[in-house]
Amino acid sequence: MAVSEAVVPVRRRTASLWADALYRLTRNKASVFGGSLVILLVLTAVFAAQLSPYSYSDQDREQTDAVPSWIMGLFPMIKPYAKLSGEFPLGADYVGRDLLSRLIYGAQISLSVALVGPLIALFVGTVYGLISGFFSGRVDNLMMRFVDIMYAFPGMLLIILMMAFFRSAFSESEPGTFAYLMNAIDRRFGGMLFIFVGIGITAWMGTARLARGQVLSLREQEFTLAARAMGAGNGRIIFRHLLPNVLGPLVITVTLAIPGYIATEAFLSFIGLGVNPPTPSWGSMIADGSQSIRTYPHQAILPALALSITMFAFNFLGDGLRDALDPRLRGTQ
Amino acid sequence: MGRYVVRRIFWMLLVLFLISLITFAMEHAVPGGPFDREKKLPAEIIANLEERYHLDQPYWKQYALYLYDVLVPRITKQKPLSMADETMINVKLGGAYYLRWMNFGPSYSSRSRTVNDIIREQLPVSLQLGLLSMAVALSIGLPMGILAALKQNTIWDYLGMGVAIFGVSVPVVAMGPVLVWIFGVALKWLPPTGWGTKPPYLFFFVPHNLFTWNFWRYALMPAFAVGTGFSAIIARLTRASLLQVIHEDYIRTARAKGLAERVVITRHALRNALIPVVTILGPMFAAVLTGLFVVEQVFGIPGLGRYFITSITNRDYPVIMGTILLYAIFLVIANVLVDITYAWLDPRIRYE
Repeated sequence: MAVSEAVVPVRRRTASLWADALYRLTRNKASVFGGSLVILLVLTAVFAAQLSPYSYSDQDREQTDAVPSWIMGLFPMIKPYAKLSGEFPLGADYVGRDLLSRLIYGAQISLSVALVGPLIALFVGTVYGLISGFFSGRVDNLMMRFVDIMYAFPGMLLIILMMAFFRSAFSESEPGTFAYLMNAIDRRFGGMLFIFVGIGITAWMGTARLARGQVLSLREQEFTLAARAMGAGNGRIIFRHLLPNVLGPLVITVTLAIPGYIATEAFLSFIGLGVNPPTPSWGSMIADGSQSIRTYPHQAILPALALSITMFAFNFLGDGLRDALDPRLRGTQ
Repeated sequence: MGRYVVRRIFWMLLVLFLISLITFAMEHAVPGGPFDREKKLPAEIIANLEERYHLDQPYWKQYALYLYDVLVPRITKQKPLSMADETMINVKLGGAYYLRWMNFGPSYSSRSRTVNDIIREQLPVSLQLGLLSMAVALSIGLPMGILAALKQNTIWDYLGMGVAIFGVSVPVVAMGPVLVWIFGVALKWLPPTGWGTKPPYLFFFVPHNLFTWNFWRYALMPAFAVGTGFSAIIARLTRASLLQVIHEDYIRTARAKGLAERVVITRHALRNALIPVVTILGPMFAAVLTGLFVVEQVFGIPGLGRYFITSITNRDYPVIMGTILLYAIFLVIANVLVDITYAWLDPRIRYE
């Protein structure tokens, strides 16, 4: 026994793609920084109710546009007219709602988009691309022409159009219909459902094309033939053998797209098609704040800062993940 | 090449047709008529209005009439009888003849102006701002990317790419208000809101005071707010692509035959390195457009983007439909041009 133990210590790192990637990811300072910021943001969003000192929707008519003393010091030009109040740590907005609480709850919106956007892209896109690439021929041709058409659409116009449609058509529907149910769910979550649908409409196409391209080359390889020789059905080959092999590049693409989803939500909320008031989104807070940018600059700058930091964090994380998972770099370190 | 171009143009027409169909369907799926007011109009007036705007016809006929009004140019002697006959493009041809083209119909919320008037007045401003933003994006992004690639792993590279990751992380929604505050309110260098030129324009959109400070002091901030984000993407792409090209064999050959470094870079490396940059110009048009929606709102610029947002809140569907169609035409044509340029630059694409 002692002999074999003496042999073991030559330990090799596992060649598993994911373990390898994690190792490389944690060696990259920028992505560790981005990742920690993301974790911090997730914790903020999850414990929003515990962290925020006030409710995000309660209005205090006495305290509209109230400013705490430290912001007064930061922006001395607002001194002559601003209402000094120590009640709110970051001040209050134009109807007297606590800015800090709204910022904290705003993280929930941005982060749920950062979670759901990639999930839709990954699920819909991967399944679509796998099926299209695996069956090839006529099915593939038909499915890919549909993607081509969708691709040629100006994406943001389509999203705006859809959102405007959902918001007006579904809000006046009869009880008991599908539209009414959708609208009820949407209202329950402050307008998030339609944002997800809007982002989902365009999110899946890139991943579908990528997955198809990967499958087209993989299905000709020996391991697919081996699986078929052992009697595996189509479903088993697609999901057990092909899927794990295409997942790496897909995860990279989807992660790199996260800042884009966050920006889209902020944009939609900014133009009034995103969340329903009083649900706080950083985009709608910037829209409200930029109305009074000359008098109370912090009301727009603080959510703008929160939004930028969040996108910054996801950009760092995405870049790091790409470097860690890119097959061409595998094993070079 | 010819077949490729024809195929792209066919795709373009198909997409525009689908967009118009979707927009039309949505407009009519939404409850409420165009002439619903707080105070109810008398029934016969509504009937008259609906007859004039063809709203009493079946849907397919309304759609066909709308397409006909928008698409088919007419040369007539006839003066417009009413607002419903106005068109966006209205050119005197000589004699008593007029070329009339693109009638986008009436606006529901603004009764004194048609959609044609609105587009005619506000599109040039958006066009000016959009072109300036693209100029900003390219004139910052390209040099930054080239510099970073040529001086790889030096302070220039790190500085450039540091600025770039900052650029891609600050969306227009955040950039706009912050710029307004810094340069418009705190430093008072530039006016925080407004636009520095008025019609008439040369060639429909070139401002007559293009070379005056009065135009630029209004245009600088919004153009940078939209342009910087995209310049960062261009810089990263240019750098990556140029780095790849520089290590190719034909660059070594060019150097070996004794060409000056400047010639190697400009004639041999850049020409190929810029091909991927061309492909991203299509998405760039779309991104600039989205940026305009935000920036026109933040800076109080009287462009079509701002009016479009207002018309969404007012549910003014003819304005929404007209604007979306117009923007879609711009974007789809831009995409086709980019595709054709790409195929011309890179012969491998044509035989795909």
